[in-house]
Amino acid sequence: MMDNGKVLDVDNLTVTYMTEKGPLDVVRSVSLQIAPGEIYGLVGESGSGKTTLARAVVRYLPSNGKITGGTVSLSGTDLSTRSQKEIRGIWGSRMTMVHQDPNAAINPSMMIGEQIAEMTRTHMGLSRKESRERALEMLNKVRMPDPESVARRYAHQLSGGMLQRVLIATAMATNPEFIIMDEPTTALDVTTEAVILDLIHELMDEYNTAILFITHNLGVIARICDRIGVLYAGEIMEEGPIHDVFKARLHPYTRGLLGCVPRVDANKKEISLSAIPGYIPRPDELPEGCIFGPRCELVEAACREARPPVVSVGPDHLSACRRHEILRDRSEKADETREETIGDELGHIVLEARNIKKYFPFSGGLGSIWQRRRSELKAVDDISVRMRSSFTMGIVGESGCGKTTLARCIAGLEEATAGEIELEGQLLDYSVNKRPRAILQKIQMVFQNPDASLNPQHPAGDSVARPLILLRNMDRKQVREKVAELFKAVSLPADYIDRLPHELSGGEKQRVAIARAFAADPALMICDEPISSLDVSVQASLMNLLAELQDKSKTSYLFISHDLAAVRHISDWIAVVYLGRLWEIGSAEDVFIPPYHPYTEALLSAIPIPDPDIRQDRIRLKGSVPSSLNIPPGCRFHTRCPRKVGEICETTEPPWQDMADGHRICCHIPLEELKELQGDGLLKTAGLRGNN
Amino acid sequence: MAASEQKIQKKKITVSPLKKFFRRLRRYPTTFIGISIVIIFLLIAAFGPLIAPYHYSQQDLLQRLQPPSDEHIFGTDQFGRDIFSRILVGSRDVLLIAGSGTALAVFSGLLLGLFSGYIGGLFDEIVMRIMDVILSIPPLLLAMVILFALGPSRLNVVIVVGFLYIPMVARVVRSVVLELKTRQFVEAARLRGETRLYVLYKEILPNVLPHLAVEASMRFSYSIFLVASLGFLGLGVQPPSPDWGLMVGEARTWFYQAQWVLFFPAGAIATLVVGVGFMSDGLRRMLLPGGVTDDG
Repeated sequence: MMDNGKVLDVDNLTVTYMTEKGPLDVVRSVSLQIAPGEIYGLVGESGSGKTTLARAVVRYLPSNGKITGGTVSLSGTDLSTRSQKEIRGIWGSRMTMVHQDPNAAINPSMMIGEQIAEMTRTHMGLSRKESRERALEMLNKVRMPDPESVARRYAHQLSGGMLQRVLIATAMATNPEFIIMDEPTTALDVTTEAVILDLIHELMDEYNTAILFITHNLGVIARICDRIGVLYAGEIMEEGPIHDVFKARLHPYTRGLLGCVPRVDANKKEISLSAIPGYIPRPDELPEGCIFGPRCELVEAACREARPPVVSVGPDHLSACRRHEILRDRSEKADETREETIGDELGHIVLEARNIKKYFPFSGGLGSIWQRRRSELKAVDDISVRMRSSFTMGIVGESGCGKTTLARCIAGLEEATAGEIELEGQLLDYSVNKRPRAILQKIQMVFQNPDASLNPQHPAGDSVARPLILLRNMDRKQVREKVAELFKAVSLPADYIDRLPHELSGGEKQRVAIARAFAADPALMICDEPISSLDVSVQASLMNLLAELQDKSKTSYLFISHDLAAVRHISDWIAVVYLGRLWEIGSAEDVFIPPYHPYTEALLSAIPIPDPDIRQDRIRLKGSVPSSLNIPPGCRFHTRCPRKVGEICETTEPPWQDMADGHRICCHIPLEELKELQGDGLLKTAGLRGNN
Repeated sequence: MAASEQKIQKKKITVSPLKKFFRRLRRYPTTFIGISIVIIFLLIAAFGPLIAPYHYSQQDLLQRLQPPSDEHIFGTDQFGRDIFSRILVGSRDVLLIAGSGTALAVFSGLLLGLFSGYIGGLFDEIVMRIMDVILSIPPLLLAMVILFALGPSRLNVVIVVGFLYIPMVARVVRSVVLELKTRQFVEAARLRGETRLYVLYKEILPNVLPHLAVEASMRFSYSIFLVASLGFLGLGVQPPSPDWGLMVGEARTWFYQAQWVLFFPAGAIATLVVGVGFMSDGLRRMLLPGGVTDDG
């Protein structure tokens, strides 16, 4: 094997799993090279073989997996033929890995410092003292605040973002040539994700390590990678320098993936997302010819006959599509514009929630026996919202800020501590159990986890039929007709009515859940992160479905998500929540242009936008959300605010400042000053995309 | 819009559940052995008296303590009774008493666990503390105390077995209910105004049943052991009924002269307990893949 200056050279790699049904090629003929100091982004939906590829590269496949073709070499050392014993010598010293879930990757019973030190002792042969110093040095390198004390702490005492830093420090401690990062930021909040990505970027400038960065998030790739490979069903569809791939998009799958991501500068009324039809084929049911053929809109007879060859479409840029020339001419697919069906006139008020509070009593273990004073966890602390018909209110904020609790209080699943909930002028009881049927019919909910939201023992049709029988008093025949109609409305085939949930995919389950919610014909539908656990292409089709159903039914949505781009796409109004209180509320367009609240500003600058040319302002938040048990006095955000003005923030609650069109911001800084500080904001730069 | 996820339909797998069951069975030989043992013992219980070569209480004092031979394949006991015949007939008592005891425990435990977990609050607290009290007394000791009070009889043994195993079943059911209660399909049911009984019966109960089946089969193997122990102590079925535990108990006296008198009934108990154990293990693997239950 020639040493071609690349750190990692994967050549024609095929990975096979031995299964009951016989051998399955999960990764087929994949080639990729990574140069020193380069970050290579590998993107693909779930089931595309990303993780298998990564495991094959480090020779850490499960016992039924085997490399059956091609080679993997690390700086000229062929890894694919080495024995497990030799590989073990390479693990840790020459290549390391950063995992997705830091809680699972860090030993909970070992101190953080010792964890890093152990790595350097085993793989670099350092002494105890040297290794301890090295650990501190590494913690410093990853900009850990107060490394001395962190080194003596255990995993449960650190936040998710800090743990991820520890993992990065561990991976870099031995100065490896090559690091695999497997979705290192997926489990984190947007704001923390932005900080970690910055860190990785800075460290890579300093060191000359090659990185294979695996993720499903194109925005993340656009922000930090130099090159990108798009993996689909075990094969690379397009590969090239980040700018070329994102601009030219010379494979329909790349185009499809990028089209699925909601844009921050347009909403559902202007464009609908171009979802990719169909699913990734399973490795035992690969189609003839081009594997993307059945889902491709450019498919022609030749595509169905033979695998398209991988062709060079530019310097260092490869595409596995025989029709890439056509794509080049159509530099950007015209977005499907939607005609606006509703005018500007306002609908009637559906929901009016005033001063909602939800405090959870919190007892601190044994201490509470003699501790008279009970502390309270203030999950929602005085939030008011008002919604009109055929209207979507987006609620955004980091995890643990009270979004879901607010929604559950409105739904009555959680009994509010104080406040008034009014639905179409009628005051509601706090508890769902005490609300009359007529009210229940008007509020429905779609939940986050599709696996838990359907009863595994009930056929999909039964789940949809119950609200019809119960809330709309239909007889058998009507129910059967209506169920069929609802399945059609959520574009599920009629034979899915009799299927059990385990026979459905995540996206299909969520469609059934949406059909169930719509069966009651509600005036208000609460969507609690309905799309966040799904793949991008499925997310896009669900968002389109929700928009379509809203057009027809005039239902209002309360849409909760931590994904700002999704919220921007689907919402008319956006409310920004932090530590149980609202900080900014206004129409979706207004919230996304300055002046905005410093917290909104930080959230916006953290959105990973799938366009490498956008330079976002770098507003980064320090630390994590404070506990709702100990809410900071004054402005609750002052502990992390990058625009804190002084003592006033720590002592006085900020006032609400009104702008035009109901846009309100709760901050001490006068609006003019905010506007000046924030300049053109994010949208201006994002607007570049539209013109290109 | 053409964009929908369903364009490529998944091939629907058409394998009959029975076939699937046998295919799975092949992968776990212990499960197969367990189920076979249980089926054989059930057949013996059903047809035992018909195939038994002698009547179970037919004494032949000239043939006392004979070792296994062609005439008496398991040998004879201290009264010259045929051990093989006695084991065949005795299987009825064991399976019936242990089975009814288990059924009693499973049924009452299910009810207590369901309501305790679902209603929660003070009711849950009271029920579970009572269960804890029962659990805190060694089971055999408690069984003996109750049987001394009630007097030994088949029915009383059933009651004792049922009573002793209620807490275990109730705890397993309660923990499953507590977990299911927070699932979102239950919340969706509350949102559409289902009655609490409907939620309990239609949404929660069907998801408890797999756990209950596993728990029941495990309790059954413990029950067999408990019934045999009580028989051994002379607190269960009374002579001359051919109870396995009782047979082991009586055979102790003659152990140095005739080991087979003790060996065969003891072996029968052990085989059945192991068989039921294997079966319950297999049930767990099939019904609760990846699931962990609280064994109480």
